[in-house]
Amino acid sequence: MAKKLKNKRRDFLQLSTVTLGAVGTAAFIWPFLKSMSPAEDTLAAGSTEVDISAIEEGQSITIKWRGKPVFIKKRTKDEIDAAKMVQASELRDPQDDSDRVQKEEWLVLVGVCTHLGCVPLGQKVSDMKGEYDGWYCPCHGSHYDTSGRIRKGPAPKNLDVPPYTFLNDNTIKIG
Amino acid sequence: MDKNRKVHQFKNPVLNWIEFRLPIISYFKKEYGDYPMPKNCNYFWSFGALATITLVTMIVSGIFLAMNYTPHTDMAFDSVERIMRDVNYGWLMRYIHSNGAAFFFIIVYIHIVRAMYFGSYKYPRELNWILGVFIFLLMMATSFLGYTLPWGQMSYWGATVITNLFSAIPFIGEGLKTWLLGDYNVGNATLNRFFALHYVLPFVIFGVVGLHVAAVHVHGSNNPDGIDIKTNNDSVNFFPYMLIKDTVAMCAFGVAISAVIFFGPNLMAEVDNYIPADPLVTPAHIVPNWYLAPFYAILRAVPDKLGGVLLMFGAIVILFVLPWLDRSKVRSCNYRPIYKWFMMGFFVNFFALGYVGMLPAEGLYLLIARVGLLYYFGFFFIITPFVGWIEKPSKLPLSISDVYAKNIAPNIGGGEKGIPSPAMQKDTNL
Repeated sequence: MAKKLKNKRRDFLQLSTVTLGAVGTAAFIWPFLKSMSPAEDTLAAGSTEVDISAIEEGQSITIKWRGKPVFIKKRTKDEIDAAKMVQASELRDPQDDSDRVQKEEWLVLVGVCTHLGCVPLGQKVSDMKGEYDGWYCPCHGSHYDTSGRIRKGPAPKNLDVPPYTFLNDNTIKIG
Repeated sequence: MDKNRKVHQFKNPVLNWIEFRLPIISYFKKEYGDYPMPKNCNYFWSFGALATITLVTMIVSGIFLAMNYTPHTDMAFDSVERIMRDVNYGWLMRYIHSNGAAFFFIIVYIHIVRAMYFGSYKYPRELNWILGVFIFLLMMATSFLGYTLPWGQMSYWGATVITNLFSAIPFIGEGLKTWLLGDYNVGNATLNRFFALHYVLPFVIFGVVGLHVAAVHVHGSNNPDGIDIKTNNDSVNFFPYMLIKDTVAMCAFGVAISAVIFFGPNLMAEVDNYIPADPLVTPAHIVPNWYLAPFYAILRAVPDKLGGVLLMFGAIVILFVLPWLDRSKVRSCNYRPIYKWFMMGFFVNFFALGYVGMLPAEGLYLLIARVGLLYYFGFFFIITPFVGWIEKPSKLPLSISDVYAKNIAPNIGGGEKGIPSPAMQKDTNL
């Protein structure tokens, strides 16, 4: 009986030592892992205000926000119609055009392909715009439509819409 | 401590003094002096030594490059250009390092081809093979990290594309990617940590290479006939025979790499990497280094993000289990009349995958990549187990010496060619 009790005490001591050691090691590793996450100054990257008065219909500009390119496009009537005509249910990442814009003529997108992060072509007049006349990613051939939605190719999702607000008719605040 | 330990006696008292305290001299004598090598080993068996030498060259040239390199997004590109233009012999260090990486992969690929064709991965060398695949993985990671450092357009976008692979993992992907980058996109935090890791990983490789070599020395090297050493007559000592042979190989290799370093240092470089990184413009055509291209071709052949990533990593992971997929007891493909051709087909296929991996993924190239992908996995999952089961291997020689006995009497036949090898001549001189 006494021996059994002694064993129990051994087991308890051993188990609690190992547990404490494991927890201690984990607690020690955590700061090292966490130090690899984005630093505070990176997180505080903030917002950008853009003057959009000079953008003509059909024209698109690229600005830098949090190190990423953001596309701001003033769409033509045809482009808006083309984007609206599509049934959301037919899409890989179903979304109506109206869910992606605040004002019909202004399309604001994060210009990063959702496949592997390249910047799609389509900002310049001379660029390839893909089969859906929006954007085309040259890296692995993803086609985006005039609403920035994925239509063909390996990308799984539509181009992201960043948070933005219209400060007035001529200024957008992104972020 | 074993008091009765037998201590090697040398003529030199200094050696005796060391040996008594640390038996390192007898260790080297045993492992690199008297170590028996099968006497039929051809020049394919020199590529392990070549790889080790290249690794050391890479570490040395890398350390000297690091003395002049600045891992900051604003200064990295300029510091590399300064190494090229202003630092004494900086151009030489950099060209040795960049071309050395390419040659390292050439050597290691030949080393792997050797191991696959002659069945070096089979019993009892499975762990050796696993360690080798592990080294290959570490090499790919290290070369990718290093390619980011010059901070040119290919560096930046290559890093972006590869780190985005992790975002394909469901649920945790995006968070994992951000954690790896230390930012929401490839930035200064990324460049800093890539430099730190690129510096340390080669030493990890060095350590694993040590295990890899130690493991092969336990059961000895395989050989072109894939049969074990049975008597002393089957082997030659590593010193001087194999050391001299490796030295000849090393000289040939030195000529080859020097020709590229001095006469075509940018043959294997991408022009776009001489343009500083620009986060707003993706080059029209992103290409990986040629030595990673076969895996890149597999990634692009799949029209699904997660599927492509899984198959690409799967293409490497599958190598780990090759010793258990191959059921044949015969090691060398020289004695496997059917599997031999599938094996050669595998090498050609791998080359073709690499070729299309460097070209745009469309039309015929995409088709070739898809066929290549099917053959790649089909080779491991179907051909290798199935052929091992149905194939009737040719008659193996009784011993390594027997291979040469057959060659001496051409009428009996059986060997590959009737030309006496140097090792055989040594045999007749005895």
